[in-house]
Amino acid sequence: MRLYSKACLLTSIFGLLSLNVNNSIAQEFTETTFKAGHESLQQWILPSMPEPSDNAITPARIKLGKALFFDPRLSGDKNMSCASCHNPSLGWADALPKGKGKNSALLARATPSIINTGYNTIQMWDGRKKNLEDQAIGPMEAQEEMHADIDQVLQFLSDNSHYTKMFRRAYPSEPINTDTLTKALATFQRTVVSNNSPFDQWVKGDSNAMTAQQVTGFKLFMDPNKGKCAVCHSAPNFTDDGFHNLGLASFGDEGPDLGRYSERPLRMMKGAFKTPTLRDISLTAPYFHDGSADSLTDVVVHYVNGGEVKSNLSPNFLAAELSEDETADMVAFLKALTTEREPFRVPNLPVEE
Amino acid sequence: MKITTLLSAVFVLSSASNVVAEEYEVGQLNKEFTIKKLEIKKGDTVRFLNEDSFFHNVFSLSDAALFDLGSFPKGDSKEVVFEESGEVEVECAIHPNMKMVIDVKDE
Repeated sequence: MRLYSKACLLTSIFGLLSLNVNNSIAQEFTETTFKAGHESLQQWILPSMPEPSDNAITPARIKLGKALFFDPRLSGDKNMSCASCHNPSLGWADALPKGKGKNSALLARATPSIINTGYNTIQMWDGRKKNLEDQAIGPMEAQEEMHADIDQVLQFLSDNSHYTKMFRRAYPSEPINTDTLTKALATFQRTVVSNNSPFDQWVKGDSNAMTAQQVTGFKLFMDPNKGKCAVCHSAPNFTDDGFHNLGLASFGDEGPDLGRYSERPLRMMKGAFKTPTLRDISLTAPYFHDGSADSLTDVVVHYVNGGEVKSNLSPNFLAAELSEDETADMVAFLKALTTEREPFRVPNLPVEE
Repeated sequence: MKITTLLSAVFVLSSASNVVAEEYEVGQLNKEFTIKKLEIKKGDTVRFLNEDSFFHNVFSLSDAALFDLGSFPKGDSKEVVFEESGEVEVECAIHPNMKMVIDVKDE
């Protein structure tokens, strides 16, 4: 009898342990209580912004990075800044299907918003940059984008007495070089955060923050038999930092953009691109890496159709099973992920008087 | 006599390697490998088991082992026998945060 009880106890403990460690999407769904402020929703609260150990966020670094981000003098023709494409008035993107670079040259992919990219553990549509510091120099040097000569940029910054002061305040013991330039740009981007949307307020307990339709949309989003979205657009930043082929029509083009395959030459990575966050998503149409979806409804319909070119679909991409009404509920929910915008003040750039 | 000796030698060698070859299991759970660093010997087998409710991949492009196990769902596993010594970096292509290192030692 005693032995039997012990065995039962052990079985229960083992059962509980497996329950705790089994991160099943279905289980996560059934264990979620869709009620404002409920404990089961807390995984969706964004943590504070992670900071690299050698580049803590300080006001001086933000100020410097903000000036650099908006300064067109850092480009080859002195007419393009980071903000030319990552425009704060347009959700830190450009509202174009694909970016336009030097002389309006059409770029290969859509401009990703920089909102919440500080939370990403890998950067760019194909993941070729590991962090924001690493990424910052890419578009500046790219011939078809800002086409900057970095030596000239560093010379310009070193010759500008305001910039030299700002660098000294931001990085007192470091010279003006590529390292401090990119560290400052990364720091500024870490301040571009969306974490107070109606969804966030609802998760934190305000039951009026989302409409009933938006709550229904969130349930469909999480449901592994309906929207099936949270498998990849996972908590807390609505991304798994992973790579997936979504069966976009452009993958059927001749010589398609192979995406992640250029970094990881594995068959399943052909046409796979990084899962973007969905926060502030209503501000950044058109959607997908090729800008092929004009609206959020178009995006959801694409998922309902199970993709168009299905030759190399991500194994984690299953067609969403949503009626027309449910599609509308989903879109309503996606719109609840946008933080109310506040006026943004662009910096006065340091000019020699 | 010579042939007998040779055969015995082969038998001894093969039983010796059978004795030392071991099998290890590495899980994929909560988008992480359950073991981050594993030391094994040449000839050992590692079985990768997906314990998450969605698909994972396992691959390595390291000099000491080049393989792509494709994608597989929860409960499925795939094995790799490590024939060369050296450091093998193993990743999931779908979720690049999932990384581990297998240090394959000479016997």
